[in-house]
Amino acid sequence: MNFSTLLRHLREGTKNVFRNGWMSVASMLSIVVSLTLLGVALLLVLNLDRAADAADKQIEISVFLNLNIDQSERDVIEQTIRSMPEVQDLTFVSKAEGLETMRKTLGDAMVKGYEESGTNPLPDMYKVRVIEATTVPFVADKITNLNNTYTDKPIYEVDYGKGTAEKLFQWTQTVRVVGLVLVLALGVMAMFLIANTIKVTIIARRREIAIMKLVGATNRFIRWPFFVEGVLVGVTGAAITLAILLYGYFRVELAAADWSQALFTLLPLEDIWVWFSVLILGLGFLIGAWGSTISIRKFLKV
Amino acid sequence: MQAARSKAGMRGTRRCLAANSNSGSDTVIEMQDVWKTYPNGTHALKGVSVQIDRSEFVYVVGPSGAGKSTFMKLMYREEVPTKGQISVNGFNLGKLKQRNIPLLRRNIGVIFQDYRLLPKLTAYENVAFAMEVIEAPRKMMRKRVLEVLDLVGLKNKANREPQHLSGGEQQRVAIARAIVNNPSVIVADEPTGNLDPETSWGIMQLLDEINFRGTTIVMATHNKEIVNTMRKRVLAIENGQVVRDQLRGEYGYEF
Repeated sequence: MNFSTLLRHLREGTKNVFRNGWMSVASMLSIVVSLTLLGVALLLVLNLDRAADAADKQIEISVFLNLNIDQSERDVIEQTIRSMPEVQDLTFVSKAEGLETMRKTLGDAMVKGYEESGTNPLPDMYKVRVIEATTVPFVADKITNLNNTYTDKPIYEVDYGKGTAEKLFQWTQTVRVVGLVLVLALGVMAMFLIANTIKVTIIARRREIAIMKLVGATNRFIRWPFFVEGVLVGVTGAAITLAILLYGYFRVELAAADWSQALFTLLPLEDIWVWFSVLILGLGFLIGAWGSTISIRKFLKV
Repeated sequence: MQAARSKAGMRGTRRCLAANSNSGSDTVIEMQDVWKTYPNGTHALKGVSVQIDRSEFVYVVGPSGAGKSTFMKLMYREEVPTKGQISVNGFNLGKLKQRNIPLLRRNIGVIFQDYRLLPKLTAYENVAFAMEVIEAPRKMMRKRVLEVLDLVGLKNKANREPQHLSGGEQQRVAIARAIVNNPSVIVADEPTGNLDPETSWGIMQLLDEINFRGTTIVMATHNKEIVNTMRKRVLAIENGQVVRDQLRGEYGYEF
C-alpha cells in the first residue's frame, strides 16, 4: 500500500462517518451509553474499594502492658513486635498520654480525681499497625503469645476489636467481589450492545461491500476505511463519555466533600483522570476497531 | 447434433471476421464443458462450451431461468463451475486463488440492470473508486475520470449522487466505471432492463462505441428490438445449454 492510498483510506473513513450520518450517531450513542455505564461502575467500585481499604486501615492492635514493667523490658517488647514481618509500625502511648486522651474524650471531671491524687491507673500501651489488615487477628495472637516467652508475662491485654474487625473484613471483601462482578457484567453487556449496533450498520452496507468487490477491490482495501471509520466513531464516543464522566465525577466529588464536611472524600479526580482517560479512550478505540473488523469479515467472502 | 453443427459453422465465420477486422484472433473468454449445479440441486448449466474472441460483441439470450445469469457470473468469478474449464483474460478461473480474484475483476468491467453504484458517493467518486482500487496516481485519476465521464456524456453531473440522477444517467456512470481502467472485457447483465426504449438506445450506442474501440462485450438481454436491430453474435441459452450460436443473429423469441 503506497502513501497516497493510505491517505485515501483515512480520508474515505472520515468522510464515511459523515456520509452515514444517523448511523454514525446511533453507533456513537450506543458506545457512549455502554462506556458510561462501565465507567460509572468502575468509579463506584474504585471508591468502594478505597473506602473498604480505609476502613481496614483503621484497625489497629492495642497492646496494653502490665503496670510493673520497666524500661528495659519495654524496649525488648517493642523491638520484638517491630521486627514481626506483618507489622508496619507501632507507636508508644505512655500512661500520661493515655490520661490526656481520656480527658479529651471523657471530659475533665473524669480525670480530675486521678490527677489530684497523683495516681494514674492506665497502663502503658502500644498501638500496632499491620501492613495487611487481614493479618490483624494473627498478629494479635502472636503478640499475646509473647507472654509465654517472657516469664513475668509483660503483656496485660491485646485488643483489636475482635468480632467487629472480622465483620468489617467480610463486608469489604463482599464489596470488592460484587464490584468486580458488576464491572464484568456491564462490560459484557456493553459488548453485546455495541456488536448489535454494528451489525445493523453493517447489514445496511453489505451491498456496498459487494459492489466494491465486483470492481476488483481487495479485502484489505475495503477493510481500511471501515477500520478508520470504526475507530473514529469509537474514539469520539469515548471522548463524549469521558467528558460526561469526568465532569460528573468532579461535581460528585465536590458534593460529597461538602455534604460530609470533608470527613469523607472520594478518590481525588487529579489522581485518576490520566489513567482513566487513557482507559476509556483505549476502550473506545478497541471497540471501534474490533467492531468494524469482525462485522465486515462475514461480508467480505463474496 | 445441432449444437455441434452450429459450432463448426461459427468457427469458420469467425476466422473470416478475424482476418477482416485485423484485430488478431486471440481468445479472451473460453469455456469448456462447463457445468454448474447449485447446492439446492438446480442444474443451471449443463455442459457449456463457448469461445469469445477479442473485440467481439456477443448477446446472450434465452428465457428467464435458462442459465444466462449463471453464465455471466461465471465469467467474473462470482460463481465457480461445478465441472469444466473457464479461462478469462488468460486467468484459469478453476485455479484462481481467492486473493487473486480482484486482479481478474480489474480487467473486467461489470454492468448490471440495477446499476450498482455506491449510494453515498458522487458520480465522480463512483468512477474514481475503480481507479483508487488499482492505486492509480491521483493526478492521472482526475484526468481519466473526467475523460470517461465526458465520454458517457455526464461531465456536467460529476458531482451528483446516484439518487439525483435518472436511471439512464446512473447506467452511464456504471459504464464509465466499467471502462475507466480500460478492461479487455465488459460483462453486461441486462444493462437496459430497467430503462425506457429511448434511453436504452443511448446506452447501446455507447456500448457499441466502446466495442468499436476494441473492448470485448458480452451482454445478456431480453430486448428483442435491440438484438434484431443492432446485429451482433447471438448465443442462445436454454435449459442450461447453448442451443444457438450465430454471427449477426436474431433474438429468436417472441417475448
